[in-house]
Amino acid sequence: MSDTSKVQGGVLGWVDARFPLSRMWNEHVGEYYAPKNFNIWYYFGALSLFVLVNQLLTGIWLTMNYNPSAEGAFSSVEYIMRDVEWGWLIRYMHSTGASAFFVVVYLHMFRALLYGSYQKPRELIWVFGMIIYVALMAEAFMGYLLPWGQMSYWGAQVIISLFGAIPGVGEELALWIRGDYNISGVTLNRFFALHVVALPLALVGLVVFHILALHEVGSNNPDGVDIKKNKDASGKPKDGIPFHPYYTVKDTFGLGVFLIFFSAVVFFAPEMGGLFLEPPNFQPADPMQTPAHIAPVWYFTAFYSILRAIPDKLGGVIAMGSAIFLLFLLPWIDRGRVRSVRYRGLGHKLALGLFAVAFVCLSYLGLQAPSDLYFGLTVTTWAQIWSAVYFGFFIFLFAYTAFGFERTKPVPDRVTD
Amino acid sequence: MRRLLLIALLACLSAPAWSAGGGGDLMDARVDVSDEASLQRGAKLFANNCMGCHSAEYVRWNALPEALGVSMETVESNLIYGDYTPGDTINAAMRGADASDWFGAEPPDLSLTARARGADWVYTYLNSFYQDPDASIGWNNTLLANSSMPHVLWRMQGVPQARYEESHGEQQVAELVLPEGQQGTLSESEYHRVTRDITNFMAFMAEPVRAKRQEIGVWVIGFLVVFTVLAYLLKREYWRDIH
Repeated sequence: MSDTSKVQGGVLGWVDARFPLSRMWNEHVGEYYAPKNFNIWYYFGALSLFVLVNQLLTGIWLTMNYNPSAEGAFSSVEYIMRDVEWGWLIRYMHSTGASAFFVVVYLHMFRALLYGSYQKPRELIWVFGMIIYVALMAEAFMGYLLPWGQMSYWGAQVIISLFGAIPGVGEELALWIRGDYNISGVTLNRFFALHVVALPLALVGLVVFHILALHEVGSNNPDGVDIKKNKDASGKPKDGIPFHPYYTVKDTFGLGVFLIFFSAVVFFAPEMGGLFLEPPNFQPADPMQTPAHIAPVWYFTAFYSILRAIPDKLGGVIAMGSAIFLLFLLPWIDRGRVRSVRYRGLGHKLALGLFAVAFVCLSYLGLQAPSDLYFGLTVTTWAQIWSAVYFGFFIFLFAYTAFGFERTKPVPDRVTD
Repeated sequence: MRRLLLIALLACLSAPAWSAGGGGDLMDARVDVSDEASLQRGAKLFANNCMGCHSAEYVRWNALPEALGVSMETVESNLIYGDYTPGDTINAAMRGADASDWFGAEPPDLSLTARARGADWVYTYLNSFYQDPDASIGWNNTLLANSSMPHVLWRMQGVPQARYEESHGEQQVAELVLPEGQQGTLSESEYHRVTRDITNFMAFMAEPVRAKRQEIGVWVIGFLVVFTVLAYLLKREYWRDIH
């Protein structure tokens, strides 16, 4: 495929004279040289893209039968589940896809932490990625209101009320977001507009920026080696291979493995034991009756734990906001020059491991009632401990790298496997 | 890589176990929505005992024949009372306003109860009624205290009595017993089967496609396994010249 640019005649030649089709193909696929040593962590970027497409397509078909009104939303979802041909499959693909999106994005982000993919010169790729992550959270939050079940309603009520904690403008702001004094059909309508038009548009645009920025500087790899430093006579990186066909065929295999897990959930456990579809959401929203236990969906619960760990509401909101904002600053907090965890200091390896454990524990704790006990300590106390570890990671990383405590190993000139 | 796949697999399998949470005292309904005989018995029991007061507003009559393995005529002659068209949903005979007057609350719609509360909850609930002279309707339920639902199936089960025990300064129900002379027409195991059949039918109503999706899922995953093996062989072939 790489010699298509030389074709002068035919349909392709005609198009190429008017639109940079072959040039774009070569720049981003056919002659984009990626390091040859990608490991299992490098599947999740392509998989994120795949899940995005799944969400867009299933979303279009759901929209055809969904009724965005307080009176009709819940029953239109049941109509999709029961009366629309294959509607149940489209809905389960969309609801499972939402959770799968966060699974692959979290693994994709952790890959960046492992191999220093956020470090110079890839800071902007990371920042675009973080904006995608925040947009994705907004997209998921607004989408969760649409089935108009009890958890949809009360989850949204709790999260929007957090804006009320901001001094001065808080209450006005919450009112402005809801468009009403409580969550109502007005809120549902605007969330629907944002969920199906505004945010998907923003997400697709941001993903394009993310990939363009990546292709400008080139992909990192598990050794954190810059493959552009070693080129052959023709100017191609010695450790690089064309994305197509090598990584397209490899990602096809990865996609197959992913789809086996994805289908196992869609066809055999679409509720995933209440994690992906929560039982109270099979009851229509009732503004007069608060459910016994309100928890956000699992992919938000790490931050929800941090929020609950602080006794003061405003303090909790600030802590939760900082937990996300600090990730944006990661390229500048980490002053180390070695990218890959393979050649970094022992302190960093331990800190990174602890950070991952903290995130998982906080996610688990966010699903539990605050007063539950584990090993004699309440969920709130555990959340405080793991929140300290979460924030401690950033402080440690800065101190460890800025003041020269890190003892790194020599980084090889070429990739190792 | 193989190790990571194994970890992911184990995580997926164990997730439902730890996340189900709560309600450790529930009985196991052993729901099987592919058991057509059970669904047929459950539908009949539901029509005779539940539909007087409860609706199932999302369930259409014409969704039943395929899942129950019977013809529409059989559904029509055995389950439906009064005028109907096959596309109608299951309505209660009683009007909601009357129900509020008589029982103090409107009986809930049962389309999705088995999903919102869980099938085991429904099964346990049907096995937790007891006679309570203090309750306004004469019945109470250990799973849902002061529920305004009478024990509709008492002729079958009998009239369970509560044995009270004092704990924390309050009289609490310790266990339910069926004294001599209070027994119903069914034995304990027959009553368990009756309530399990109703629960099974309600699990079907909550998600009519459940049996079908599992059937399709086997084929989908079978195809994907073949696809993935071929994709792996193709990848290995392409990558032969790398390294």
